[in-house]
Amino acid sequence: MILNVENLHVKYGNVEALHGIDIHVQEGEIVTILGANGAGKSTTLMAISGLVKASQGKIEFEGEAVHKLPAHTIVTRGIAQVPEGRRVFSTLTVQENLNLGAYTSNDPDRNRKNLKWIFDLFPRLEERSGQLAGTLSGGEQQMLAIARALMATPKILLLDEPSLGLAPILVKAIFDTIREINQAGLTVVLVEQNARAALKLAHRGYVMEVGNIVLEDAAANLLSNPEVQNAYLGGTH
Amino acid sequence: MELFIQQLTNGLAVGGIYALIALGYTMVYGVLKLINFAHGDLFTIGAYLGLTLLTTLGLTNYLGPFGVVIVLALMVMGLVAIVGAALERVAYRPLRQSHRLSAVVSALGASIFFQNAVMLIYGARYKVYPHDILPRTAIHIFGLDIPLIRLLMLLTSIVMMIGLYLFIQRTKIGTAIRAAAIDQGAAKLMGINVDRVIMIVFLIGPALGGAAGLMVGLYYGQINFTMGWLYGLKAFTAAILGGIGNIPGAMVGGLLLGVIEAMGAAYISIAWKDAIAFCVLIIILIVRPTGLLGERVAEKI
Ligand SMILES: Nc1ncnc2c1ncn2[C@@H]1O[C@H](COP(=O)(O)OP(=O)(O)OP(=O)(O)O)[C@@H](O)[C@H]1O
Ligand SMILES: [Mg+2]
Repeated sequence: MILNVENLHVKYGNVEALHGIDIHVQEGEIVTILGANGAGKSTTLMAISGLVKASQGKIEFEGEAVHKLPAHTIVTRGIAQVPEGRRVFSTLTVQENLNLGAYTSNDPDRNRKNLKWIFDLFPRLEERSGQLAGTLSGGEQQMLAIARALMATPKILLLDEPSLGLAPILVKAIFDTIREINQAGLTVVLVEQNARAALKLAHRGYVMEVGNIVLEDAAANLLSNPEVQNAYLGGTH
Repeated sequence: MELFIQQLTNGLAVGGIYALIALGYTMVYGVLKLINFAHGDLFTIGAYLGLTLLTTLGLTNYLGPFGVVIVLALMVMGLVAIVGAALERVAYRPLRQSHRLSAVVSALGASIFFQNAVMLIYGARYKVYPHDILPRTAIHIFGLDIPLIRLLMLLTSIVMMIGLYLFIQRTKIGTAIRAAAIDQGAAKLMGINVDRVIMIVFLIGPALGGAAGLMVGLYYGQINFTMGWLYGLKAFTAAILGGIGNIPGAMVGGLLLGVIEAMGAAYISIAWKDAIAFCVLIIILIVRPTGLLGERVAEKI
């Protein structure tokens, strides 16, 4: 087990957003987290990355407790996140954004290899490497956000709604890329509104409702689960 | 024409001072969205530390005039940088998670504290810099005599600004500072230690402000514990003029404000010099609310 979240509680001020959730991820898996708006999906990812702190419970990564570590050290353990809304550094160039992805790396060789791989995955970024990130289209910004996270050479990639606001053809491209990244050996946690596509891609899934995990199953089982179909897949066939 | 060039060089020299101070306001605002009201007082501290070091160390016995000024500048910058970092640690960091107004109150408190500390240590009267540190000669160019010290001041501030610009644009830490100014959360996700970035900003800004204080002491020869107030206000104006949060903006804003003031004093009325500067500010802000180079700031929020 590469990631183990146990009884995780998170509070914003006095309001508890996560009421003790358990998530576990095996190495090499794609795990998806589904849920309605406000269910706590982003909060979960932010807690794993250390940007919000657990008020109770624990998060273990490769056996090490990471929930008390300062956020900027988490990425050095091998956890990278593509946050909701992309959050690329809009007034920096594409290249500078990518360099920041490798901020904690002291291995120029590895950075160069990563960059090459990333430009193979997203040739568009290479063409625009001198352009300010804020001037990229939404889809290109999403590619940049993913590429930037990959520059950290993570062991696990946390993706928060990577398909948000993208045209269907781009969604497919992004999902294909996620599969490719996973086949290259990376473990993936994928938060998605696009539940059907996410479940087709993932090995396993969790369903969250208002700060709790209410379902956990193999992705294929969730796809055929009537409750899931009604709530998240817009009815049935 | 002679008056024009004299006022232009004078305005640029004073503007360079404004720019150096303005950089401290703008960099801190960039990463913390906080106006460091104590920044003007760090400038004052620079001026007084310069005087103390000058009169106690006897550097003039070992070094030529330029050597003295360079060593002095480095020491003042280092010391004021330490004061700045301590200020951040004590007055701002504990309030990082609190309401924004708490930090503003803390900044005002720190300003009063520094001003009073300087007054208690050095007294309330004007202090006089030794006037024989730099040669009071003039350089003959364009058929005019321009004071050497004025040119040196302009040159020094420009060198510092270029140095800072290259540091911010070209180095890894500089890029991290820019990233933290755009989105602290995303910067942390990159593995950037944002607390450290903030500390570096509170070293650089005060170092530049302290250097400006020393330059004012050397140029005008007289310093007072309240000097940080007006210079701070002018520099803050310059930062807004250029677009607060924008580093080249602070540089341009400072130089421009200095020139406007000098020209206003020469061609309109010396008594209205400060008013003219502020009128220009108001006009520019009506036309360009984000400041001259401020678009990028607006776009990132
Ligand atoms: N910074 C914050 N301060 C206060 N409350 C917050 C904050 N961020 C999130 N919340 C609250 O926590 C709960 C979970 O939010 P979260 O963003 O994790 O949901 P989500 O599942 O990612 O939703 P969405 O699908 O809309 O992105 C919500 O009720 C939200 O209002
Ligand atoms: Mg979310």
